[in-house]
Amino acid sequence: MKRLTTISVDPIACDGHGFCTELFPERISEDDWGYPIIDPAPIPPGLEAHARRAVARCPKQALRLRVVAPVRER
Amino acid sequence: MIAQRLLAGIDGGPAWSAHLERFGPLPDAADLADLAERASLRGRGGAAFAVAAKLRSVAGRGGAPVVVGNGVEGEPASGKDKVLLRYTPHLVLDGAVAAARYLGARTAVVAVARSARSEQAVLARAVAERRGDGVALELATVPDGFVSGEETALLQALGGGPARPTTKPPYPFERGLRGAPTLVQNVETLAHLALVVRNGPAWFRSVGTAEAPGTALVTLSGAVGQTGVYEIPFGTTVGELARDAGGFTTSVSAVLVGGYFGAWRAPVDVDSLELTPEVLGAGAIVALPRDTCGLAECARVVRYLAGESAGQCGPCLHGLPAIAGAFERLAAGDDRAEQQLARWSAQVAGRGACRHPDGVVRFVGSALDVFADDVAHHRRRRCTRRTRALLPVPAARR
Repeated sequence: MKRLTTISVDPIACDGHGFCTELFPERISEDDWGYPIIDPAPIPPGLEAHARRAVARCPKQALRLRVVAPVRER
Repeated sequence: MIAQRLLAGIDGGPAWSAHLERFGPLPDAADLADLAERASLRGRGGAAFAVAAKLRSVAGRGGAPVVVGNGVEGEPASGKDKVLLRYTPHLVLDGAVAAARYLGARTAVVAVARSARSEQAVLARAVAERRGDGVALELATVPDGFVSGEETALLQALGGGPARPTTKPPYPFERGLRGAPTLVQNVETLAHLALVVRNGPAWFRSVGTAEAPGTALVTLSGAVGQTGVYEIPFGTTVGELARDAGGFTTSVSAVLVGGYFGAWRAPVDVDSLELTPEVLGAGAIVALPRDTCGLAECARVVRYLAGESAGQCGPCLHGLPAIAGAFERLAAGDDRAEQQLARWSAQVAGRGACRHPDGVVRFVGSALDVFADDVAHHRRRRCTRRTRALLPVPAARR
Protein backbone atom coordinates (compact mmCIF):
# COMPACT_ATOMS: atom_id res chain seq x y z
CA MET A 1 0.00 0.00 0.00
CA LYS A 2 1.31 3.39 -1.04
CA ARG A 3 -0.10 6.56 0.44
CA LEU A 4 -1.16 9.54 -1.64
CA THR A 5 -0.62 12.77 0.30
CA THR A 6 -1.45 16.36 -0.65
CA ILE A 7 -0.95 19.67 1.09
CA SER A 8 -3.48 22.49 1.29
CA VAL A 9 -3.82 25.86 2.98
CA ASP A 10 -6.73 27.44 4.84
CA PRO A 11 -6.71 30.84 3.10
CA ILE A 12 -8.55 32.54 5.97
CA ALA A 13 -6.02 31.37 8.55
CA CYS A 14 -2.99 32.12 6.36
CA ASP A 15 -1.32 35.49 6.99
CA GLY A 16 1.40 35.09 4.40
CA HIS A 17 4.34 34.70 6.79
CA GLY A 18 6.13 32.81 4.03
CA PHE A 19 7.89 30.06 5.99
CA CYS A 20 6.22 27.36 3.91
CA THR A 21 7.53 28.65 0.60
CA GLU A 22 11.05 28.44 1.99
CA LEU A 23 10.60 25.06 3.61
CA PHE A 24 8.76 23.32 0.79
CA PRO A 25 9.66 25.10 -2.47
CA GLU A 26 8.99 21.90 -4.44
CA ARG A 27 5.23 22.41 -4.02
CA ILE A 28 4.72 25.93 -2.65
CA SER A 29 5.48 29.19 -4.43
CA GLU A 30 4.60 32.77 -3.55
CA ASP A 31 2.15 35.11 -5.25
CA ASP A 32 2.86 38.81 -5.80
CA TRP A 33 1.64 39.61 -2.28
CA GLY A 34 3.60 36.92 -0.45
CA TYR A 35 0.84 34.34 -0.01
CA PRO A 36 1.46 30.68 -0.79
CA ILE A 37 0.38 29.18 -4.11
CA ILE A 38 0.13 25.46 -3.52
CA ASP A 39 0.61 22.80 -6.15
CA PRO A 40 -2.23 20.35 -5.47
CA ALA A 41 -0.35 17.41 -7.04
CA PRO A 42 0.31 14.42 -4.77
CA ILE A 43 3.52 14.60 -2.79
CA PRO A 44 6.05 11.85 -3.54
CA PRO A 45 7.23 9.94 -0.42
CA GLY A 46 10.70 11.45 -0.76
CA LEU A 47 9.29 14.95 -0.22
CA GLU A 48 6.96 14.17 2.65
CA ALA A 49 9.51 15.22 5.23
CA HIS A 50 9.67 18.70 3.64
CA ALA A 51 5.90 18.89 3.64
CA ARG A 52 5.67 17.92 7.31
CA ARG A 53 8.28 20.48 8.26
CA ALA A 54 6.34 23.24 6.44
CA VAL A 55 3.12 22.23 8.17
CA ALA A 56 4.77 22.17 11.58
CA ARG A 57 6.48 25.56 11.21
CA CYS A 58 3.46 27.55 9.96
CA PRO A 59 2.88 30.24 12.62
CA LYS A 60 -0.85 30.26 11.88
CA GLN A 61 -1.19 26.48 11.60
CA ALA A 62 -2.87 27.10 8.28
CA LEU A 63 -1.42 24.13 6.40
CA ARG A 64 -2.89 20.65 6.32
CA LEU A 65 -1.53 17.40 5.00
CA ARG A 66 -4.21 15.10 3.70
CA VAL A 67 -3.93 11.48 2.84
CA VAL A 68 -6.11 11.40 -0.23
CA ALA A 69 -6.20 7.68 -0.83
CA PRO A 70 -4.12 4.67 -0.07
CA VAL A 71 -3.06 3.36 -3.46
CA ARG A 72 -2.61 -0.37 -3.81
CA GLU A 73 0.56 -1.18 -5.68
CA ARG A 74 0.20 -3.71 -8.42
CA MET B 1 -41.61 33.27 -23.91
CA ILE B 2 -42.91 34.65 -20.67
CA ALA B 3 -44.01 32.05 -18.12
CA GLN B 4 -46.41 32.50 -15.23
CA ARG B 5 -45.68 30.13 -12.41
CA LEU B 6 -43.96 31.83 -9.51
CA LEU B 7 -45.36 35.15 -10.66
CA ALA B 8 -48.86 33.80 -11.33
CA GLY B 9 -50.10 35.06 -7.99
CA ILE B 10 -48.69 38.56 -7.89
CA ASP B 11 -51.87 40.29 -9.03
CA GLY B 12 -53.71 38.94 -5.99
CA GLY B 13 -51.27 40.59 -3.59
CA PRO B 14 -49.21 39.04 -0.80
CA ALA B 15 -52.07 38.07 1.56
CA TRP B 16 -52.46 34.48 2.85
CA SER B 17 -56.08 34.37 1.66
CA ALA B 18 -55.11 35.38 -1.88
CA HIS B 19 -52.31 32.83 -1.86
CA LEU B 20 -54.65 30.01 -0.79
CA GLU B 21 -57.17 31.05 -3.40
CA ARG B 22 -54.56 31.03 -6.15
CA PHE B 23 -52.44 28.00 -5.19
CA GLY B 24 -54.47 26.06 -2.62
CA PRO B 25 -53.06 24.69 0.64
CA LEU B 26 -49.60 23.12 0.78
CA PRO B 27 -50.00 19.33 0.58
CA ASP B 28 -47.73 16.97 2.47
CA ALA B 29 -45.01 15.55 0.25
CA ALA B 30 -44.18 11.87 0.65
CA ASP B 31 -40.51 12.36 -0.26
CA LEU B 32 -39.45 15.89 -1.13
CA ALA B 33 -35.95 14.91 -2.25
CA ASP B 34 -37.44 12.37 -4.65
CA LEU B 35 -39.78 15.01 -6.09
CA ALA B 36 -36.90 17.47 -6.46
CA GLU B 37 -34.81 14.83 -8.17
CA ARG B 38 -37.53 13.87 -10.63
CA ALA B 39 -38.08 17.57 -11.34
CA SER B 40 -34.30 18.09 -11.80
CA LEU B 41 -34.75 21.19 -9.66
CA ARG B 42 -31.56 23.16 -9.21
CA GLY B 43 -30.72 26.04 -6.89
CA ARG B 44 -31.41 29.58 -8.09
CA GLY B 45 -28.88 31.47 -5.99
CA GLY B 46 -26.19 31.25 -8.67
CA ALA B 47 -24.43 27.91 -8.17
CA ALA B 48 -27.24 25.81 -9.72
CA PHE B 49 -26.63 22.97 -7.27
CA ALA B 50 -29.03 20.01 -7.39
CA VAL B 51 -31.72 20.53 -4.74
CA ALA B 52 -32.29 16.79 -4.19
CA ALA B 53 -28.61 16.24 -3.36
CA LYS B 54 -28.61 19.14 -0.91
CA LEU B 55 -31.79 17.91 0.79
CA ARG B 56 -30.37 14.40 1.15
CA SER B 57 -27.01 15.60 2.45
CA VAL B 58 -28.79 17.37 5.33
CA ALA B 59 -31.25 14.52 5.89
CA GLY B 60 -28.37 12.07 6.16
CA ARG B 61 -26.82 13.91 9.11
CA GLY B 62 -29.51 13.16 11.65
CA GLY B 63 -29.75 15.51 14.63
CA ALA B 64 -32.02 18.55 14.62
CA PRO B 65 -31.55 20.28 11.27
CA VAL B 66 -32.46 23.86 10.38
CA VAL B 67 -33.75 25.35 7.12
CA VAL B 68 -32.52 28.74 5.97
CA GLY B 69 -34.16 30.60 3.09
CA ASN B 70 -31.61 32.89 1.51
CA GLY B 71 -33.19 36.13 0.30
CA VAL B 72 -30.14 38.32 0.85
CA GLU B 73 -29.59 39.01 -2.88
CA GLY B 74 -26.38 41.02 -2.58
CA GLU B 75 -25.97 41.19 -6.35
CA PRO B 76 -26.68 44.86 -7.22
CA ALA B 77 -28.05 44.08 -10.69
CA SER B 78 -30.54 41.55 -9.32
CA GLY B 79 -33.98 42.26 -7.90
CA LYS B 80 -35.81 38.97 -8.50
CA ASP B 81 -35.66 37.65 -4.93
CA LYS B 82 -36.97 40.93 -3.55
CA VAL B 83 -39.82 40.91 -6.07
CA LEU B 84 -40.70 37.36 -5.09
CA LEU B 85 -40.64 38.20 -1.37
CA ARG B 86 -42.69 41.36 -1.80
CA TYR B 87 -45.40 39.95 -4.04
CA THR B 88 -45.65 36.25 -3.25
CA PRO B 89 -44.02 35.64 0.15
CA HIS B 90 -46.22 32.66 0.99
CA LEU B 91 -44.83 30.64 -1.91
CA VAL B 92 -41.35 31.08 -0.40
CA LEU B 93 -42.59 30.24 3.09
CA ASP B 94 -44.44 27.17 1.74
CA GLY B 95 -41.15 25.93 0.29
CA ALA B 96 -39.36 26.51 3.58
CA VAL B 97 -42.11 24.63 5.43
CA ALA B 98 -42.02 21.73 2.95
CA ALA B 99 -38.24 21.44 3.34
CA ALA B 100 -38.50 21.65 7.13
CA ARG B 101 -41.16 18.92 7.23
CA TYR B 102 -39.05 16.66 5.03
CA LEU B 103 -35.97 17.15 7.22
CA GLY B 104 -37.81 17.10 10.53
CA ALA B 105 -36.58 20.63 11.20
CA ARG B 106 -38.52 22.55 13.82
CA THR B 107 -37.31 25.94 12.62
CA ALA B 108 -37.03 27.64 9.25
CA VAL B 109 -35.35 31.04 9.00
CA VAL B 110 -35.83 33.41 6.08
CA ALA B 111 -33.01 35.92 5.82
CA VAL B 112 -32.97 39.20 3.92
CA ALA B 113 -30.62 42.17 3.78
CA ARG B 114 -30.96 44.90 6.37
CA SER B 115 -31.83 47.46 3.69
CA ALA B 116 -34.74 45.34 2.37
CA ARG B 117 -37.31 47.09 4.58
CA SER B 118 -40.46 46.51 2.57
CA GLU B 119 -39.60 42.82 2.11
CA GLN B 120 -39.15 42.52 5.89
CA ALA B 121 -42.54 44.12 6.48
CA VAL B 122 -44.31 41.87 3.97
CA LEU B 123 -42.62 38.76 5.37
CA ALA B 124 -43.48 39.68 8.95
CA ARG B 125 -47.17 40.02 8.03
CA ALA B 126 -47.01 36.80 6.03
CA VAL B 127 -45.49 34.79 8.89
CA ALA B 128 -48.06 36.18 11.33
CA GLU B 129 -51.09 35.21 9.22
CA ARG B 130 -50.09 31.61 8.41
CA ARG B 131 -51.67 28.68 10.27
CA GLY B 132 -51.02 24.99 10.61
CA ASP B 133 -47.41 24.82 9.41
CA GLY B 134 -46.08 22.86 12.39
CA VAL B 135 -42.79 24.69 11.78
CA ALA B 136 -41.55 27.82 13.54
CA LEU B 137 -40.89 30.46 10.87
CA GLU B 138 -38.37 33.15 11.78
CA LEU B 139 -37.27 36.27 9.96
CA ALA B 140 -33.73 37.52 10.16
CA THR B 141 -31.74 40.35 8.65
CA VAL B 142 -28.05 40.43 7.84
CA PRO B 143 -25.82 43.37 6.87
CA ASP B 144 -25.94 44.42 3.24
CA GLY B 145 -23.00 43.36 1.14
CA PHE B 146 -22.10 41.41 -1.95
CA VAL B 147 -20.77 38.43 0.01
CA SER B 148 -23.45 38.48 2.76
CA GLY B 149 -25.51 36.00 0.75
CA GLU B 150 -22.66 33.48 0.40
CA GLU B 151 -24.05 30.64 2.45
CA THR B 152 -21.33 30.37 5.10
CA ALA B 153 -21.24 34.18 5.46
CA LEU B 154 -24.99 34.18 5.87
CA LEU B 155 -24.87 31.45 8.51
CA GLN B 156 -22.09 33.18 10.42
CA ALA B 157 -24.09 36.43 10.40
CA LEU B 158 -27.27 34.64 11.53
CA GLY B 159 -25.27 33.12 14.38
CA GLY B 160 -24.33 36.59 15.61
CA GLY B 161 -20.94 36.85 13.91
CA PRO B 162 -19.70 38.92 11.00
CA ALA B 163 -21.22 38.35 7.54
CA ARG B 164 -18.02 36.79 6.24
CA PRO B 165 -17.46 33.35 4.68
CA THR B 166 -15.97 30.60 6.80
CA THR B 167 -13.58 27.81 5.88
CA LYS B 168 -15.14 24.72 4.31
CA PRO B 169 -15.26 22.00 5.53
CA PRO B 170 -17.33 21.98 7.63
CA TYR B 171 -20.06 22.54 5.05
CA PRO B 172 -23.44 23.91 6.17
CA PHE B 173 -25.00 20.44 5.85
CA GLU B 174 -22.42 19.25 8.39
CA ARG B 175 -22.30 22.20 10.80
CA GLY B 176 -24.41 25.22 9.93
CA LEU B 177 -26.59 27.53 11.97
CA ARG B 178 -25.73 27.18 15.68
CA GLY B 179 -23.84 24.00 14.79
CA ALA B 180 -26.89 22.18 13.38
CA PRO B 181 -26.98 20.48 9.98
CA THR B 182 -28.41 23.26 7.83
CA LEU B 183 -30.18 23.42 4.47
CA VAL B 184 -29.56 26.77 2.80
CA GLN B 185 -31.69 27.43 -0.25
CA ASN B 186 -32.25 30.57 -2.25
CA VAL B 187 -35.81 31.89 -1.78
CA GLU B 188 -36.68 31.37 -5.46
CA THR B 189 -35.64 27.73 -5.12
CA LEU B 190 -38.00 27.38 -2.15
CA ALA B 191 -40.84 28.89 -4.17
CA HIS B 192 -40.25 26.35 -6.95
CA LEU B 193 -40.27 23.57 -4.34
CA ALA B 194 -43.67 24.79 -3.14
CA LEU B 195 -45.06 24.39 -6.66
CA VAL B 196 -43.39 21.01 -7.24
CA VAL B 197 -45.05 19.72 -4.06
CA ARG B 198 -48.44 20.89 -5.33
CA ASN B 199 -48.21 20.02 -9.01
CA GLY B 200 -45.62 17.25 -9.24
CA PRO B 201 -42.42 16.79 -11.22
CA ALA B 202 -44.14 16.06 -14.55
CA TRP B 203 -45.90 19.41 -14.41
CA PHE B 204 -42.61 21.09 -13.48
CA ARG B 205 -40.86 19.50 -16.47
CA SER B 206 -43.59 20.50 -18.93
CA VAL B 207 -41.76 23.75 -19.71
CA GLY B 208 -38.07 24.45 -20.15
CA THR B 209 -35.66 21.93 -21.65
CA ALA B 210 -35.04 18.25 -20.86
CA GLU B 211 -31.73 19.07 -19.16
CA ALA B 212 -32.98 22.24 -17.50
CA PRO B 213 -36.72 21.97 -16.93
CA GLY B 214 -38.90 24.60 -15.33
CA THR B 215 -38.81 28.36 -15.17
CA ALA B 216 -36.47 30.95 -13.72
CA LEU B 217 -36.73 34.54 -12.60
CA VAL B 218 -34.55 36.99 -14.47
CA THR B 219 -33.78 40.61 -13.62
CA LEU B 220 -33.41 42.46 -16.91
CA SER B 221 -32.00 45.98 -17.06
CA GLY B 222 -30.14 48.34 -19.37
CA ALA B 223 -31.10 49.13 -22.95
CA VAL B 224 -34.41 47.26 -23.17
CA GLY B 225 -37.92 48.62 -23.56
CA GLN B 226 -39.26 47.38 -20.24
CA THR B 227 -36.71 46.65 -17.53
CA GLY B 228 -37.73 44.50 -14.58
CA VAL B 229 -38.17 40.94 -13.36
CA TYR B 230 -39.35 38.31 -15.85
CA GLU B 231 -40.18 34.65 -15.44
CA ILE B 232 -38.94 32.58 -18.38
CA PRO B 233 -38.71 28.86 -19.19
CA PHE B 234 -35.11 27.64 -19.21
CA GLY B 235 -33.87 27.43 -22.77
CA THR B 236 -35.36 30.82 -23.68
CA THR B 237 -32.76 32.79 -25.63
CA VAL B 238 -31.57 36.23 -24.64
CA GLY B 239 -32.99 37.47 -27.95
CA GLU B 240 -36.46 36.10 -27.15
CA LEU B 241 -36.34 37.62 -23.67
CA ALA B 242 -35.28 40.99 -25.07
CA ARG B 243 -38.11 40.91 -27.62
CA ASP B 244 -40.63 40.11 -24.87
CA ALA B 245 -39.25 43.09 -22.99
CA GLY B 246 -39.98 45.43 -25.87
CA GLY B 247 -36.70 44.86 -27.68
CA PHE B 248 -33.40 46.64 -27.32
CA THR B 249 -33.99 50.37 -27.25
CA THR B 250 -30.78 51.14 -29.09
CA SER B 251 -27.85 49.30 -30.63
CA VAL B 252 -26.24 47.14 -27.95
CA SER B 253 -22.47 46.60 -27.69
CA ALA B 254 -22.53 43.76 -25.13
CA VAL B 255 -24.82 41.95 -22.73
CA LEU B 256 -23.84 40.91 -19.22
CA VAL B 257 -25.49 37.56 -18.50
CA GLY B 258 -25.45 36.16 -14.97
CA GLY B 259 -24.74 39.32 -13.03
CA TYR B 260 -21.35 40.39 -11.72
CA PHE B 261 -20.20 36.78 -11.40
CA GLY B 262 -21.48 36.08 -14.89
CA ALA B 263 -19.94 36.87 -18.25
CA TRP B 264 -20.14 39.52 -20.95
CA ARG B 265 -21.43 38.33 -24.30
CA ALA B 266 -21.02 39.90 -27.71
CA PRO B 267 -24.19 41.01 -29.54
CA VAL B 268 -23.68 38.39 -32.28
CA ASP B 269 -23.84 35.65 -29.64
CA VAL B 270 -26.69 36.84 -27.44
CA ASP B 271 -29.60 36.49 -29.81
CA SER B 272 -29.30 32.70 -29.85
CA LEU B 273 -27.78 32.28 -26.37
CA GLU B 274 -29.98 29.89 -24.40
CA LEU B 275 -30.53 30.72 -20.75
CA THR B 276 -29.58 27.60 -18.79
CA PRO B 277 -28.96 27.41 -15.03
CA GLU B 278 -25.20 27.74 -15.62
CA VAL B 279 -25.49 30.70 -18.01
CA LEU B 280 -28.09 32.50 -15.94
CA GLY B 281 -26.25 32.28 -12.60
CA ALA B 282 -28.02 34.51 -10.10
CA GLY B 283 -30.36 35.68 -12.86
CA ALA B 284 -29.30 39.24 -13.70
CA ILE B 285 -28.98 40.39 -17.31
CA VAL B 286 -27.83 43.88 -18.35
CA ALA B 287 -27.84 45.16 -21.94
CA LEU B 288 -25.13 47.74 -22.53
CA PRO B 289 -26.05 50.44 -25.08
CA ARG B 290 -23.39 51.02 -27.72
CA ASP B 291 -22.93 54.66 -26.80
CA THR B 292 -21.75 53.71 -23.31
CA CYS B 293 -18.12 52.84 -22.59
CA GLY B 294 -17.94 49.20 -21.47
CA LEU B 295 -14.44 49.56 -20.05
CA ALA B 296 -15.44 52.47 -17.82
CA GLU B 297 -18.51 50.50 -16.66
CA CYS B 298 -16.41 47.43 -15.87
CA ALA B 299 -13.72 49.44 -14.09
CA ARG B 300 -16.37 50.78 -11.70
CA VAL B 301 -17.82 47.33 -11.07
CA VAL B 302 -14.42 45.69 -10.51
CA ARG B 303 -13.45 48.43 -8.03
CA TYR B 304 -16.76 47.87 -6.22
CA LEU B 305 -16.27 44.09 -6.12
CA ALA B 306 -12.72 44.55 -4.79
CA GLY B 307 -14.18 46.65 -1.98
CA GLU B 308 -16.71 43.91 -1.25
CA SER B 309 -14.01 41.35 -0.43
CA ALA B 310 -14.51 40.07 3.10
CA GLY B 311 -10.81 40.80 3.54
CA GLN B 312 -9.99 37.47 5.08
CA CYS B 313 -7.94 35.72 2.40
CA GLY B 314 -4.67 37.34 1.27
CA PRO B 315 -5.07 36.73 -2.47
CA CYS B 316 -8.55 38.33 -2.44
CA LEU B 317 -7.68 41.14 -0.01
CA HIS B 318 -4.60 42.21 -1.99
CA GLY B 319 -5.28 40.75 -5.42
CA LEU B 320 -8.69 42.28 -6.11
CA PRO B 321 -7.60 45.87 -5.46
CA ALA B 322 -4.56 45.19 -7.69
CA ILE B 323 -6.88 43.89 -10.40
CA ALA B 324 -9.21 46.89 -9.95
CA GLY B 325 -6.25 49.24 -10.33
CA ALA B 326 -5.06 47.43 -13.44
CA PHE B 327 -8.54 47.62 -14.94
CA GLU B 328 -8.68 51.36 -14.29
CA ARG B 329 -5.29 51.72 -16.01
CA LEU B 330 -6.60 49.60 -18.88
CA ALA B 331 -9.50 52.02 -19.28
CA ALA B 332 -6.99 54.89 -19.16
CA GLY B 333 -5.06 53.35 -22.07
CA ASP B 334 -2.06 51.87 -20.20
CA ASP B 335 -0.23 49.32 -22.40
CA ARG B 336 0.87 47.07 -19.54
CA ALA B 337 -2.50 46.75 -17.85
CA GLU B 338 -3.75 43.78 -19.85
CA GLN B 339 -0.69 41.71 -18.98
CA GLN B 340 -1.08 42.61 -15.30
CA LEU B 341 -4.74 41.60 -15.39
CA ALA B 342 -3.80 38.22 -16.87
CA ARG B 343 -1.08 37.65 -14.27
CA TRP B 344 -3.14 38.64 -11.25
CA SER B 345 -6.28 36.91 -12.45
CA ALA B 346 -4.33 33.66 -12.67
CA GLN B 347 -2.92 34.30 -9.19
CA VAL B 348 -6.21 34.90 -7.36
CA ALA B 349 -8.45 32.33 -9.08
CA GLY B 350 -9.41 29.47 -6.78
CA ARG B 351 -7.49 30.87 -3.83
CA GLY B 352 -10.22 32.22 -1.57
CA ALA B 353 -12.32 30.48 1.06
CA CYS B 354 -15.30 31.45 -1.12
CA ARG B 355 -15.72 32.03 -4.84
CA HIS B 356 -15.58 35.84 -4.69
CA PRO B 357 -12.16 36.13 -6.38
CA ASP B 358 -13.19 33.57 -9.00
CA GLY B 359 -16.29 35.59 -9.87
CA VAL B 360 -14.23 38.74 -10.34
CA VAL B 361 -11.76 36.86 -12.55
CA ARG B 362 -14.59 35.59 -14.72
CA PHE B 363 -16.10 39.06 -15.07
CA VAL B 364 -12.71 40.57 -15.98
CA GLY B 365 -11.82 37.78 -18.43
CA SER B 366 -15.07 38.04 -20.34
CA ALA B 367 -14.77 41.86 -20.41
CA LEU B 368 -11.31 41.59 -21.99
CA ASP B 369 -12.73 39.26 -24.67
CA VAL B 370 -15.87 41.19 -25.48
CA PHE B 371 -14.38 44.69 -25.20
CA ALA B 372 -11.11 43.85 -27.02
CA ASP B 373 -11.74 46.55 -29.65
CA ASP B 374 -12.41 49.09 -26.93
CA VAL B 375 -9.12 48.18 -25.26
CA ALA B 376 -7.32 48.97 -28.53
CA HIS B 377 -9.24 52.24 -28.91
CA HIS B 378 -8.39 53.27 -25.37
CA ARG B 379 -4.70 52.60 -26.03
CA ARG B 380 -4.89 55.03 -28.93
CA ARG B 381 -7.01 57.39 -26.79
CA ARG B 382 -9.85 57.07 -29.28
CA CYS B 383 -12.85 56.06 -27.20
CA THR B 384 -15.85 58.12 -28.27
CA ARG B 385 -18.36 56.46 -25.99
CA ARG B 386 -19.99 58.09 -23.02
CA THR B 387 -19.13 57.41 -19.43
CA ARG B 388 -22.21 56.96 -17.35
CA ALA B 389 -22.98 54.78 -14.37
CA LEU B 390 -25.26 52.24 -16.02
CA LEU B 391 -24.25 49.13 -14.08
CA PRO B 392 -25.54 49.58 -10.53
CA VAL B 393 -22.97 49.89 -7.77
CA PRO B 394 -24.20 50.63 -4.24
CA ALA B 395 -22.71 53.54 -2.39
CA ALA B 396 -19.83 52.64 -0.09
CA ARG B 397 -20.96 51.42 3.31
CA ARG B 398 -19.51 52.55 6.59
